[in-house]
Amino acid sequence: MTHAQATFIVNLYHKAGKGIRNVILLLFVLITIFPFIWSAILATHDRTTMFSGGIDFNIGDKLTQNYQDLLKIMDFWSGMANSFSIAFVGTAVSLVFCSMAGYALATFKFKGKNAIFGIMIASMMIPPVLTLIPYYMVISTLGLANTHLAVWLPFTINPFGIFLIRQYVVASVPKDLLEASKLDGASELRIYWNIVLPLLRPGLATLAIVQFVFLWNNFLQPLVVLNSPDKMVITQMLRSVQGVPNTPWGAVMLGTTISILPLIALYMFASRQMISGLTSGAVK
Amino acid sequence: MVYLSFHTWNPVEGLSSMQFVGFENYALSLTDPTLWQTLWNTLVMAVLSGVPQHLIALPLAYFLIMMAARMRHWLTTAYFLPYITSTVSVSMIFYVMFSKDSGIINAILAYLADAGWSSWLFGGLSSVLPLGWVQENGLIRYSVSFVVWWKYVGFNTVIYTAGLATINHDLYEAATIDGANSWQRFRHISLPLLKPFIFFGVTLTIIGNMNLFDEPYVLTVGGQFAQTAGKTISNYLYQIAWEWLDMGSAAAVSWILFIIIGIFTSVYFWFFGRQGLGGE
Repeated sequence: MTHAQATFIVNLYHKAGKGIRNVILLLFVLITIFPFIWSAILATHDRTTMFSGGIDFNIGDKLTQNYQDLLKIMDFWSGMANSFSIAFVGTAVSLVFCSMAGYALATFKFKGKNAIFGIMIASMMIPPVLTLIPYYMVISTLGLANTHLAVWLPFTINPFGIFLIRQYVVASVPKDLLEASKLDGASELRIYWNIVLPLLRPGLATLAIVQFVFLWNNFLQPLVVLNSPDKMVITQMLRSVQGVPNTPWGAVMLGTTISILPLIALYMFASRQMISGLTSGAVK
Repeated sequence: MVYLSFHTWNPVEGLSSMQFVGFENYALSLTDPTLWQTLWNTLVMAVLSGVPQHLIALPLAYFLIMMAARMRHWLTTAYFLPYITSTVSVSMIFYVMFSKDSGIINAILAYLADAGWSSWLFGGLSSVLPLGWVQENGLIRYSVSFVVWWKYVGFNTVIYTAGLATINHDLYEAATIDGANSWQRFRHISLPLLKPFIFFGVTLTIIGNMNLFDEPYVLTVGGQFAQTAGKTISNYLYQIAWEWLDMGSAAAVSWILFIIIGIFTSVYFWFFGRQGLGGE
């Protein structure tokens, strides 16, 4: 075999390897996004076309009818509004609490600081299901059962969030700057609000995304504390139609697709930030 | 909750209805076959969905890191999509896809069994189709595990991609010059340096899988279908506490679960923690 022939074979081998690699990567994209596409397609079909058998990738003509059915089986937009207000308010409040706690843990010296920090990190290891009964007891003792407050307030003080903010403060708020402001006579609250918060913007953005996604998708806690239909969040409403006889699946798939859209929109807008935010625990 | 676990309590009747029963809740729970069954289900589904998550995510991340940055960004975005969407929504979609009479999964399998080019491989299926993916006890674990795998494999891929991106490129070049092929580079450079990331990913998977609630809850319609095989310990806990309103027993079950998870994580940290945390 000449040298040219050998080079040719090696190149061919490399190209084939690359081709297989790309096929695997694209196949996996298909596996990942297919259910989303499929639910959007089903949202345009009704029971008769869905049950006709066979595989039909065509877009049906039942979209408007499905929409009317959707409004008939559940109070869809009130569920969306409930989910949105819980996620929005909860995120805003948790930004305030977590940034305050994170800032305090990073800069102030006080007794028991390490103990607080240790307990906080340890609490992240406790599975959420185990805290469900204490959570429920606290909520019902405080008389918060069946209120939206119960669904967002307990999650605004989030150990992960406090930890994240603490790391950001350590990394990006210079100690000298804080001392200088103190010498100039700024109050603690003023330092926090006017100096620390603007410097923490990227950290706050990350935390906001994490919290919003969590609160929007949360299911178990609303399931336990919210029981009147007008208070229910969208995940709860979607799941509850499984019990309806002759469920209009086209309408349900329409509702599911719409309920995913706000998150997909947010994700498309901030995917880089979001991916780094949600995996930030992994990167030291 | 320790206090509660020694009592019977019906939340509807208020706190005054609490009665001391000593260890009765524990004795009842520990002799309850359903508890052990659901614990076993949780373990089986945790392994069935957890192990493939990492076995697929690692090579996928290795392939991904070799792509051009722009392409990589788009692929990552797609892979990550299931992770951000709500478990309930995706479980609803899969519930419809798994449907016995009209689900696309049975439709595709039926097509493959009938079509000439694929019947040699799938022909055997035609006698058992349509399959009740989420109705039959024998299948439900696989169906639930698949959905869990599908939801989190992209997340793990992204973690591993982030890990691979931190590895100095010179190492690969040096290895290539020394004559290492791509498998050897993966085995001897990427894998050892990824250890902290693998540790992080596997820890998250273990904690997440022990808490599996939403997927089996939606896919089995709150446990109406496949009573025995599709129910996790979390589903059972919810059922004891909020359907049977037996908070005392539920608290006892929580403590049993807490101890079991504690033992698991300690064993895991004992074996892998040192390497994983990058300590001595």
